Amino acid sequence: MQAFHLSQPNSLDAALAAARSHGAKFIAGGTDLMQLLKDNIEVPTELVDLERVGLSSIQADASELRLGAMARMSDAAVHPDVRAGWPAIVQALEASASPQVRNMGTIGGNLLQRTRCGYFRDTGFACNKREPGSGCPAIAGENRLMAILGGSDHCIATHPSDLAVALTALDAMVTLHGINGERRVPIADFYRLPADTPHIETILQPGEMITAVTVRASGAARNSHYLKLRDRASFEFALVSVAVGLDQRDGVIEHALLAAGGVGTRPWRLPQVEAALRGKALEDAVFGDASSIAAGGASPAQQNGFKRILLQRAVFRALQMASA
Amino acid sequence: MAFIGQGLDRVDGRLKVTGGAQYAAEFRVPDLVHAVLVQSTIGAGAITGFSLAAAQSMPGVLTIITPENALKLHAESNLPQAIRAPLLQDMDVHYNGQHVAVVVAEALEQADAAAARVRVQYRRDEPITSMDAVLDQAYLPKSFRNGERPADSRRGDPDGAFTAAQVKLDAVYVTPIEHHNPMEPHATIARWDGNQLTVWTATQGISGTQQSLAALFGIDPKDVRVICPYVGGGFGCKGNTWPPATLAAMAAKLVGRPVKLAVTRAQMFTSNGYRPRTVQSLRFAADQQGHLVSMRHDGISQMSQPVLGEFAEPVGLATEMLYACPNVAVTHRLVATNAPLPTYMRAPGEASGNFALESAIDELAVALKQNPLDFRMRNYAEQDPHENKPFASKALRECYRQGAEAFGWSRRPSEPRAMRDGNVLIGWGMATSTYPTHRMAANAYVRVNADGTALVQVGTQDLGTGTYTVMSQIAADELGLPVQRIHLELGDSRFPHAPVSGGSMTVASVGPAIKTACQAVRAKLSNDGDTNVALPELLARRNMPSVEASSEAKSGEEQKRYSMHAFGAQFAEVRVDADLGEIRVSRYVGAFDGGRIINTKTARSQLIGGIVFGIGMALLEETHVDGETGRVVNANVSEYLMPVNADIPDIQAILVPNDELVSNSLGAKGIGELPMVGVAAAVANAVYHATGVRVRKLPIRIEDLLV
Ligand SMILES: Cc1cc2nc3c(=O)[nH]c(=O)nc-3n(C[C@H](O)[C@H](O)[C@H](O)COP(=O)(O)OP(=O)(O)OC[C@H]3O[C@@H](n4cnc5c(N)ncnc54)[C@H](O)[C@@H]3O)c2cc1C
Ligand code: SF4
Repeated sequence: MQAFHLSQPNSLDAALAAARSHGAKFIAGGTDLMQLLKDNIEVPTELVDLERVGLSSIQADASELRLGAMARMSDAAVHPDVRAGWPAIVQALEASASPQVRNMGTIGGNLLQRTRCGYFRDTGFACNKREPGSGCPAIAGENRLMAILGGSDHCIATHPSDLAVALTALDAMVTLHGINGERRVPIADFYRLPADTPHIETILQPGEMITAVTVRASGAARNSHYLKLRDRASFEFALVSVAVGLDQRDGVIEHALLAAGGVGTRPWRLPQVEAALRGKALEDAVFGDASSIAAGGASPAQQNGFKRILLQRAVFRALQMASA
Repeated sequence: MAFIGQGLDRVDGRLKVTGGAQYAAEFRVPDLVHAVLVQSTIGAGAITGFSLAAAQSMPGVLTIITPENALKLHAESNLPQAIRAPLLQDMDVHYNGQHVAVVVAEALEQADAAAARVRVQYRRDEPITSMDAVLDQAYLPKSFRNGERPADSRRGDPDGAFTAAQVKLDAVYVTPIEHHNPMEPHATIARWDGNQLTVWTATQGISGTQQSLAALFGIDPKDVRVICPYVGGGFGCKGNTWPPATLAAMAAKLVGRPVKLAVTRAQMFTSNGYRPRTVQSLRFAADQQGHLVSMRHDGISQMSQPVLGEFAEPVGLATEMLYACPNVAVTHRLVATNAPLPTYMRAPGEASGNFALESAIDELAVALKQNPLDFRMRNYAEQDPHENKPFASKALRECYRQGAEAFGWSRRPSEPRAMRDGNVLIGWGMATSTYPTHRMAANAYVRVNADGTALVQVGTQDLGTGTYTVMSQIAADELGLPVQRIHLELGDSRFPHAPVSGGSMTVASVGPAIKTACQAVRAKLSNDGDTNVALPELLARRNMPSVEASSEAKSGEEQKRYSMHAFGAQFAEVRVDADLGEIRVSRYVGAFDGGRIINTKTARSQLIGGIVFGIGMALLEETHVDGETGRVVNANVSEYLMPVNADIPDIQAILVPNDELVSNSLGAKGIGELPMVGVAAAVANAVYHATGVRVRKLPIRIEDLLV
């Protein structure tokens, strides 16, 4: 770890001002950033602590859920309104990390955690995401955990967040604040594909921060689920995960919302599966047809071809769970 | 016998949970400075230069040690516990993550920040990163088991019997590189007072560390003091004197101040050995009735470059003695790669070898359409078929019986895929466990005071297994004093010499030494008539303040006459999602003959801990090495998976009584390694029973079952 200066502003404006200095970084719960600092993966000269800025409220009404960027993962997961209206979010959070990490980790920090790619997290390796132009050893290396969708010749790392997958399925909006004011973007537009700039992961501008995440209330959100598959029963990132929301009337699917984790270089929406479900009967044969196209466009590496099949089966199982 | 056999709480439990127990890195030594290791980022080649200016000019930096200014060590010493390379003695790089420099600074943070600024120039060679690519270059170990026995053995005509047999299995089993990952990383504080060296270090062998450091620095062992009152787990990776301890002492010498060097979690993956990858070819055959007629077990294990030392994973030893089979051949080979030196890891050889052996036995039972337990009973070895000697004792039949009964094995359907709960397939598997009863000479000092207290000192160490507690029980019984009045001191090389805590032999080695020292104390006081009089009373009668004795204990003739092993039976139930392949162990029973049990509570902790370790081996643990660079990709405990609570069902560990006193005067066979032997095979066999898929490599993964 290298030395840095820590500032602890107590207002949004002060935080934005502090973040203008070159080499500044926000720190929320610190559960990911501290590891990155210790391992010299990120070397900020200025840390702007968001603890005293507020932004930790969780509000829900009949039309919308609003999660402050500094709301703790654990607080969001136990909130009764969130549990009632957006169960996929709760399940995604509860399947994330450990209680200790969730007690510190925040909603904003979770969306901006960096990939778990082992090459990225060790400065002894080359990595285009960490050191643009140095190469991507994962493509020909240890790639069992890597993405099968959205990769490029420059990077095939997955986005690690479970929460982001649930939010992507549920069409969440991300509220950003910068020196030029506020903007709201759909989460689908918030994350970028790696292409030839894998080090640029989101549309955040320098000094800009997340202040909140909002999610509409809907029948599909109320009947939503998160299925996470992994080697270890707990405390592990997803090998494959699926968030699903189903809105049905009289056994016919009106809306289906689906996104997958562990397979894409960003949280992966599955529009073709949604289209294949819309207006169809709520039955296994339909789920089978729809899930069979879930991995369309996948280009696995040597060790992760199984994720294609696992994704299809996970989509099928998640649909069964949501229709049960 | 009052205290032996009781499930007493740990005598050091309170100190541990309150933070009062001091581990190596926690000692406060005045004037202490900090060292951080810098490791290579290439897999093979040589260092051609260092750029140190940036690091050297950082605040607090005292020195940067590289091969160019390192102390020359007496590296020719031949002590088995000493690791002689890499100790900055030359510019060669033999593996990725090799220590190439040590940064010493006033504060840990300063040393760490400067270490990141050290730049190294290399000449790069092509590293051999995978043993699988060079299996055809396998070679015979130079000194298998430190030269105690040949690497190969054969009885009868295994190849002829195999050719002639009707039911055969010819299969290859693979186990991965695993790292010990004890909770406490390696840490050493080293201080020189003139020519005398004191080290506080996390070690499984203070005596070996004392010898090794003395040899490497060319000083008298009496001038080296090793202090290690507590160890936060070792599992084999603290059995040798690995380079970080030696480099701490070197740094302390060079800066003239006490130095602390604590290895980071990532550095633990290249600093202190690992369980090597093995490729094992098994050719087993049976007759139609189910008698084993041929067993051939050819094991190859991964090695470093030979200049770093030698370690051969002894995978075939249990195959020689576990079943009554007339024709058996076992071979052990090595392949050199650009990896660090491997080492012992909990049940070295037995754990990896047993996965192959007991999977193969299961496969033969399936081929014979016999219940796997009946098949094992049919081939039960009444005496050691390899050494042709009786067992000192063997309660394996009783382990099978009690384990099977507790598990409900008799209700097992014989066909795979026969038990289902919704989407989940359920399977039951079993395996046999065995581990040799080792023992080495040990010494102890005992003093009984007139006030009824006693002091016991031994140069052994407590890895966290309960050594303080069981040794106190042994002394208490022998002295006829309450266990609370025994003050036990260990973990200091000034105490009487005891062996390394490895091979599950501490109780069997050190226990008898304490016992004999206690007897010697009593002999000094007792006349014929007063054997029943309490020792404090005898002291009072003689008006003596205390009485003391030292004693050595070692094995005798019994070693030649008997074969000594502990045994066990492992039973696992797994649940496998039929479509998604997720595997979870849902029920577990292990029944063990570990000889006499000194403390049922600490014993049970060892047994369930070993089973958890085995479940990790079966389903989770694997070190991933990058094929291009030979660098570990998951050098952390987030991506190097070990079981968490959610992975572990309620484990039933049964202690099968055995009162034999032939093996040693305590009848202790050792239970540290035994419980993890066989777990991986039991789980793999259960996975087969659940799914019909036979997986011959570890760990078993989701993708292996996506059929
Ligand atoms: C062992 C372990 C296991 C884990 N397992 C999982 C898992 O299974 N699933 C999962 O989803 N996650 C998992 N995580 C990740 C964990 O959820 C994240 O570390 C946590 O959510 C990050 O939140 P934080 O508040 O601590 O972020 P920090 O570490 O403080 O920050 C993370 C990043 O976000 C930036 N940042 C934080 N807040 C803002 C903001 N408001 N605006 C702009 N930038 C901001 C920081 O600058 C930094 O770059 C795991 C973490 C650990 C350590
Ligand atoms: S996959 Fe991406 S993060 Fe991983 S090594 Fe390649 S470039 Fe780096």
